[in-house]
Amino acid sequence: MSYPDSIRVIQVPCTGRVDVIHLMEAFQKGADGVYVVGCLEGECHYYTGNLRAKKRVQYTKKILDEIGIGGERLEMYNIAASDGPRFSQVAKEMDEKIRALGPSPIRTALQKIHAARQAGVNVETS
Amino acid sequence: MIVAERKPLEEIIGFIKDYKKILLVGCNECVTVCYAGGKKEVAILASALKMAFLKEEKELEVKEVTLERQCDQEYLEEIRSIVDQYEAIVSMACGVGVQFMAEKYQTMPVYPALNTLFMGGAEEMGVWAERCQGCGQCVLGQTAGICPITRCAKRLLNGPCGGSTKGHCEINKDVPCAWQLIIDRLKALGKLDDYDNLMPIKDWSAERSGGPRKIVREDLRQ
Repeated sequence: MSYPDSIRVIQVPCTGRVDVIHLMEAFQKGADGVYVVGCLEGECHYYTGNLRAKKRVQYTKKILDEIGIGGERLEMYNIAASDGPRFSQVAKEMDEKIRALGPSPIRTALQKIHAARQAGVNVETS
Repeated sequence: MIVAERKPLEEIIGFIKDYKKILLVGCNECVTVCYAGGKKEVAILASALKMAFLKEEKELEVKEVTLERQCDQEYLEEIRSIVDQYEAIVSMACGVGVQFMAEKYQTMPVYPALNTLFMGGAEEMGVWAERCQGCGQCVLGQTAGICPITRCAKRLLNGPCGGSTKGHCEINKDVPCAWQLIIDRLKALGKLDDYDNLMPIKDWSAERSGGPRKIVREDLRQ
């Protein structure tokens, strides 16, 4: 059982800990896609952590749509902690979906700005 | 509290599209409580604006600050030493804060990030409702603590009108009839006789229609 090496796992005690700003900053730093994996609905150890995360993901998707990054780059999945095969399957699905969407425009822009700086070009910001 | 909500990002981006460095200022009072313009919302907006600029291959420097209040001169003074380092201020306060900011920093462009909506409270988490219109002559003492100026679509002082049906207002079935609420509560308080006391014509000059209002307390004034 494996998952694509493009995926970086960030552990949190509960998806209820994931806030909008955490998701935003992942994209701001150049992530092409982000997905939150919580416990099955109704089985949260803290009762509603994964339901809160679901709403925050939906809210963040709207912001990403508003700024043209694309809300489809962010998803929420609910997978039982014991269901390794499903975790692996979702990782592959998400990897394929993001590859199909292509690089995030933020990552592309960050790379261009970084390359220009390396070349000593003064990047005009407006 | 004053209840507000964030403007569409497109509108905010339109304000600042020609700047490179902005000061994004939140407010720790009402707009923090209604999740519109507190420290958390400042961080989210800063991130969104930076990404919107990056998408166009431009960089935007955003300094995030959240003041205790933007409707008080002393707190606005706290940013005086850094204001000059930025080209514009985006305020996440209510309209009062935005105007106080603009008055305080005369040469600095100041833009609102919020639409200020009403004076109200949280009926439940995530739901805010209007409760006061600041009419300047409170009638709650005669209306069992329920405001007909705010909650009756017609602002009737002696209601209900004929549009009240099964306890709801004709403008929307989800809006309770304020006068039904008043009568029900007067009954519950054993004060239904008070309903027979007709309210006199209200002095609307104390309300906004009398022009912008101001109070002066000579005992406090310096």
